[in-house]
Amino acid sequence: MTAAHSAAAPLTETGALLSVRDLRVVFQRRGEPPTVAVDGVSFDVAPGQVVGLVGESGCGKSVTSMAVMRLLPDRGVRVGGSVVMDGVDLLTLSDDEMRRRRGRDLSMVFQDPLTSLNPVIPIGLQVTEVLRRHRGMNKEAARKAAAELLERVGIPDPRRRLDSYPHQLSGGMRQRALIAIALACRPRLLIADEPTTALDVTIQAQILELLKELVRETGAALIMITHDLGVVAGLCETVNVLYGGRIVERAQRHRLFTTPRHPYTHGLLRSIPRLDAPPGEELPAIRGSVVDNLPWADNCAFAPRCPRAVERCVGVSPEEETTGGRLLRCHNPVPASAD
Amino acid sequence: MMLRFVLRRLVQVIPTLLLLSVLVFAWLRSLPGGPASAFLGDRATPESIANLNRLLGLDQPIWVQYFRFLGRAVTGDFGASTITGEPVMVEIGRALPATIELSVAALLIAVVLGIPLGYVAARHRGRPLDVATVVGTLFGVAVPVFFLGYVLKDVFAVDLGWFPPSGRQSVAVDATDVTGFAVLDGIMTREFDASLDALHHLVLPAVVLATIPLAVIVRITRASVLDVMDSDFVRTANSKGLAPGTVRGRHVLRNALLPVSTTIGLQVGLLLAGAVLTERVFVWGGIGTLLADAITLRDYPRLQAILLLGALIYVLVNLLVDLSYAIIDPRVRLS
Repeated sequence: MTAAHSAAAPLTETGALLSVRDLRVVFQRRGEPPTVAVDGVSFDVAPGQVVGLVGESGCGKSVTSMAVMRLLPDRGVRVGGSVVMDGVDLLTLSDDEMRRRRGRDLSMVFQDPLTSLNPVIPIGLQVTEVLRRHRGMNKEAARKAAAELLERVGIPDPRRRLDSYPHQLSGGMRQRALIAIALACRPRLLIADEPTTALDVTIQAQILELLKELVRETGAALIMITHDLGVVAGLCETVNVLYGGRIVERAQRHRLFTTPRHPYTHGLLRSIPRLDAPPGEELPAIRGSVVDNLPWADNCAFAPRCPRAVERCVGVSPEEETTGGRLLRCHNPVPASAD
Repeated sequence: MMLRFVLRRLVQVIPTLLLLSVLVFAWLRSLPGGPASAFLGDRATPESIANLNRLLGLDQPIWVQYFRFLGRAVTGDFGASTITGEPVMVEIGRALPATIELSVAALLIAVVLGIPLGYVAARHRGRPLDVATVVGTLFGVAVPVFFLGYVLKDVFAVDLGWFPPSGRQSVAVDATDVTGFAVLDGIMTREFDASLDALHHLVLPAVVLATIPLAVIVRITRASVLDVMDSDFVRTANSKGLAPGTVRGRHVLRNALLPVSTTIGLQVGLLLAGAVLTERVFVWGGIGTLLADAITLRDYPRLQAILLLGALIYVLVNLLVDLSYAIIDPRVRLS
């Protein structure tokens, strides 16, 4: 890392902390046709901003986050486009340079807190190792800092917990520990990949609340990856809806929830169970599944599942259009007044 | 906690050995022939066989024989060898150090080479180095021990003359016997030339005996490392930006070694079996040689003692493995 990119880092022209431009991730297995997992995704994250990446399994949201972190395997994967943080394209850094930033400038919280922690070493070491690596702390200082971190994320009796192993903690406590690890070096960007999916509903709310607090407290920006619109509603300022590896709609949270324009977003919102629905009413679902997708090249990938598909949707790929701060990729969007 | 676990496991050994003693006893006596006919050869008359059987107590009902055997065995007396007439425990006491020395050397080779090889193969998955390792281990498992033994002996001892072809120590070396472990004795008595000479003798047989455990350890390590490298916690470790060495040592290897340690315990059983053949090839004079002779000559007391001793060693080694497992894996509770 050069001096120009340290503390007083110049932001990109847009004032963004992170600028993802035309990100493409292609998986290539020998003897199989290549799979395009992420297909030209662009978005910005401002310092301290909370941005959502929403979509169902296989839409490319997790792969996007792994590409930003440079955690995808070297072999069998091609990553294109740019991921600019502090004016530096992370995709062009050497492995060593990237390792020095990971955990310090940007870090990640994963989905399954049990499998994401090393089962055979104590929690304390898993926190201190990142402090010692990036902040050059000695053993005692790191241990003290780790205890404070565990306390901050709401783990009771933190000094004793340093010596606990992951299997001795509950699911919620493990996720708190993972959050403590991710935030240990006060990164400016935190990526949370479905951090509440593996947890009980009551614990989910606590973890989201904790993330919200910590992000506010440390001033970190947060990319929240989820399939759960409830999580988005409570947390994100800007929401990107992904479908088939492309962003199909982006808007401020409030506008997205009140007037979803893309038929996919519209369908996702309508499929949330509502307490005020009349008894016996069938829950609207989006028909089909991602296996029905058409290639984006000449079509709208969502067309086979779309209730509003028109002739053009098969044969002409919809371009993204931005109007009034809303990005939309659709030939026949839901009228703004609907719902 | 640890002590109670060990004691309980040791108590469990008793019924295991009892059951095994019944099986061994019944099995040996159900084999055609017996010590008398084996000892007296083809010319034996029924009378001379009956005489010898009476002398050896083999004319008694089998359950009488068994309880007599058991009664003496609990005091550590396994009777006298029908071949040499010497107490079996004395014979075993003399031969055991040789076999242990050979087995430990083989296991050391297998572990010290096997774990790094398996790890390197996993890191190079699919590339030439990995393919060569996998093919090599297949070869290691497939080649019969005695065949490999004779080939290595022919090439490295007879043709090249790099290693002695047989025995544990050169006659010319005047070694003092303290423990029966030739290498150790040399160090203890400061006769380092004796130690070196013993090591020189040890190389070929230990390499031969190590091939199968080495191949198995390489394969298990490779599979286990590949498995762990794909795991979520290794991804977490990478997401923390840790140095590659930390990720490999603390996160990958530590977890990958769990199944390897179990395998090592299981290999000890195979090692004892392989020792019989290896000792034969290299005229090693250990338990394997005693066992092979005892089988040919139907030496019941010696066979009974050696088989039970083998079982005891196997059980004890696996107890050690379980204990080490509890130390490396905190999730394993000793209960």
